[in-house]
Amino acid sequence: MLNGLSLMIDSGAITGIIGPSGSGKSTLIRSIAGVQVTAGGSVNVLGTPAGSKSNRSRVAYLTQGGSIYPDLTAAQNVRHFATLSRRPTADVDEALARVDLSGQAHQLVSTMSGGQRARVGLASVLVTGADVLLLDEPTVGLDPVLRADLWSLFARLAHEGKTLIVSSHVMDEAAQCDRVVLLRDGAILADGTPEQLRAQAGTSDLDEAFVRLAQGSVS
Amino acid sequence: MKRTLAVALRVAQQLSHDHRSMALIVVMPALLLSVFYWVYESRPDIFNHIGPALIGLFPFTIFFLITSVTMVRERTSGTLERLMTTPIRRGELIAGYTLALSIASFVQAVITTAVGVWLLGLDLAQPWGVLFLAVVSSIVGTALGLLASAFARTEFQAVQFMPLAIIPQFLLCGLLVPRDQMVAPLYWLSEMLPLSHLIDAFDIVTTESDVSSELLVKVGVQVIFALGFLTLASLTLPRKTA
Repeated sequence: MLNGLSLMIDSGAITGIIGPSGSGKSTLIRSIAGVQVTAGGSVNVLGTPAGSKSNRSRVAYLTQGGSIYPDLTAAQNVRHFATLSRRPTADVDEALARVDLSGQAHQLVSTMSGGQRARVGLASVLVTGADVLLLDEPTVGLDPVLRADLWSLFARLAHEGKTLIVSSHVMDEAAQCDRVVLLRDGAILADGTPEQLRAQAGTSDLDEAFVRLAQGSVS
Repeated sequence: MKRTLAVALRVAQQLSHDHRSMALIVVMPALLLSVFYWVYESRPDIFNHIGPALIGLFPFTIFFLITSVTMVRERTSGTLERLMTTPIRRGELIAGYTLALSIASFVQAVITTAVGVWLLGLDLAQPWGVLFLAVVSSIVGTALGLLASAFARTEFQAVQFMPLAIIPQFLLCGLLVPRDQMVAPLYWLSEMLPLSHLIDAFDIVTTESDVSSELLVKVGVQVIFALGFLTLASLTLPRKTA
């Protein structure tokens, strides 16, 4: 449930939707993707209502858990989403290369590690050529090295002009974002750059900043 | 069309990687038909009467099961939700599923019919008619499976629909007792079920060498059932969920 939430997200940047489990991160991402039934309010993406026909080839959504087919190979998964998005299948190799999975292109996803699966999911989003990438907890369960790799890739994508909206419950990852929206109980707790949040909470530690902001110990 | 083919290719690839499903589709029906032959080895009249209908019953049941489980998996794994954010239309998704499973059922029907005719001596007036009806049967089973998947939250629940959706149709389809010998309420109930008309059609292609108007009516009934189930199934695929 999201209450009284109002948000304008800039293009070409990484916006982190950060908060604990049950804070409404997935609901917000699903609303932007246009798959969430909403009781009221409106969500517009790229100037049209979320989920509209024109948005479906410009917005790519990776659900929590990857939403890829474990009984297909990495290349088959990526090719499937390329075709659905009317993209040339020649882009498949490039997408797999971007997530460093060229060597595993013909490996079944069900035999891959969690990190490799996450990267297949990401490749299947990249191959769509979408302008807006909605990534719901893409790094959950990954080791720190892999998480760092993925965040480096996110930064490169943003540098190329893509708009990334990434949810996470890990406060460390907030530091990687251009802008952080802290959510709690379906409401925005704080919104700004990581530096602004640290300054607002009066601490250099983002975990501590979240606690202080949640407790309302800062004005 | 391209997206329909993409879904069909993807479903076919998934099936090809799943050896159990492949065995269920390709080997099992011919094996069960052979077992049925040996059970009635001393009564070839019974085998010749029921055997052709089994060639239609197998795809109806198997593709109902495969489709309902696969679609529930698609719903629960998040891939369906993700598909709903892509440019694909619901009709294209369902058509893709139906196309892939129809091709698989054709392969199954060819093998089962070949085993029935050449190995077990089934006497069929229209072998091509049997092949055609087996594919029609799989399409109706697939359509029913797609619809049933909307009411199941887990793969186990999808399997639980088997007794509800398949067994009553099997009991009333006329294989155990001719339908015109059933009490009136059961007869009229059987008239409303697709499998009854499918078995009637199999009876016709087994005994008559011509394509009769009665056969065309029976095929038409299957088409109506398939389109009805597919339309209802597409309505169970909302782009937005709570």
